[in-house]
Amino acid sequence: MQFEHRHAAHCESGTVSALLRHHDIEVSEAMAFGLASALAFAYLPFIKVAGLPLISYRMPPKAILKGVQAQLGVRLRCETFRDAARGMARLDELLGRGQPVGLQTSVYWLPYFPPDMRFHFNAHNLVVYEKQGDDYLISDPVFETPVRSAAADLQKARFARGLLAPHGLLYYPERIAPPRDLRRAVLGAIRRTTRIMLHAPLPFIGVRGIRLLARRIGKLAQSRDPDHAALFIGHHVRMQEEIGTGGGGFRFIYASFLQEAGERLGNAALPELAAEMTAVGDHWREFALAAARMCRGRTAMDFARLENLLLEAAAREEIFFRALAACKA
Amino acid sequence: MHIDEVPQEGNATLGGQRKAMYAVGADGRYTIVQSRGWEAEEAVTTQAVEAFQRLAHEALRRAREGLSSPLEYHMYRGRMDLALLAQTTGLWRWRIRRHFRPAVFARLKTVLLMRYAEALGISVDQLRAVP
Repeated sequence: MQFEHRHAAHCESGTVSALLRHHDIEVSEAMAFGLASALAFAYLPFIKVAGLPLISYRMPPKAILKGVQAQLGVRLRCETFRDAARGMARLDELLGRGQPVGLQTSVYWLPYFPPDMRFHFNAHNLVVYEKQGDDYLISDPVFETPVRSAAADLQKARFARGLLAPHGLLYYPERIAPPRDLRRAVLGAIRRTTRIMLHAPLPFIGVRGIRLLARRIGKLAQSRDPDHAALFIGHHVRMQEEIGTGGGGFRFIYASFLQEAGERLGNAALPELAAEMTAVGDHWREFALAAARMCRGRTAMDFARLENLLLEAAAREEIFFRALAACKA
Repeated sequence: MHIDEVPQEGNATLGGQRKAMYAVGADGRYTIVQSRGWEAEEAVTTQAVEAFQRLAHEALRRAREGLSSPLEYHMYRGRMDLALLAQTTGLWRWRIRRHFRPAVFARLKTVLLMRYAEALGISVDQLRAVP
């Protein structure tokens, strides 16, 4: 089967964009990300990933699948399976019909990932477009070129258990409706994002979540376990910078969305806001570099400085999202 | 981030892969640029890999001294912790912790060993031994 592979920064938006492109709907990765209101911030100390709190710069997995359906009028058919063999048979059946299929997988079991990146992260998305013998040909959006995986490995990756277990989730576009009014979709998506960042009723979401995490990191100075404190900081930077964030915790992808939306709607304010968002993303990168150097002992650990950098990030995000909320597209 | 600011530092943890990043070109427009990796990312990924390696190393030492079963070593080698192994196998944590005791582990039935082996992606023979 012919499938156009395109390198993307984030797996879920890249996968959705690629599947829609295959059905002649041109939606860039950044547009898919922005229209689905995927940008966010969350610090959830009560959910642990390898013993460390969940920190996320975006909405939870599957938010883009859902958001794109709501805003673009496409219908994605999603199926999960109790039985792994049936899940694999269904994949083969769809491929046999010439239907490329999106999958949710665990990074750890995918053989083509570099060993140092294979962690038990269960919400990695990719497209399978062909089966050759016992191998599946895969368009994994965060890789430069198409890759392949043996059936046994792919099955393990699809049916991994634990937090965000995929349960063999597969999806493909089912019904393509005529595109909705782009202006309304963009405005609605922006409003949802600003609401989450500024007005979430929970203290660990949005700008308030950044401040909460800042204070938590400031308090690490009193920690009696410096190794754990360093792991905490390193974990935070990983959530912000590692594969699939496009750097700056998705802030640059979102800026790209604002720019593209502004151009397509002939709106001059959105590209200006995109430039602001870029500056915020650059600040996040400054934090990441300072934090990473500290937790490897290249510079002295300075929790107060990290706290201040985070508080500044929160202040900048607050100014930015208030301006975005006031923008009339 | 400008195109010329996209890090190209050859991050070892990427294994030669490049990753896509959004950056602003000279005309002010966003494009996707391939990055060879960044010092900050390499530092924190290495830190996370080493944390598991250290745990596996300590478990290996304990297993060789007869203080722990091979299961604990294989769990950390597979980059899992007790919580994740419990979720993956569907066993209670206290039960798994009990199986870290060499005497208990030695008496485990094959069915249970197979459950662990399956969760960790290794064979039962591998599970029973330590290097």
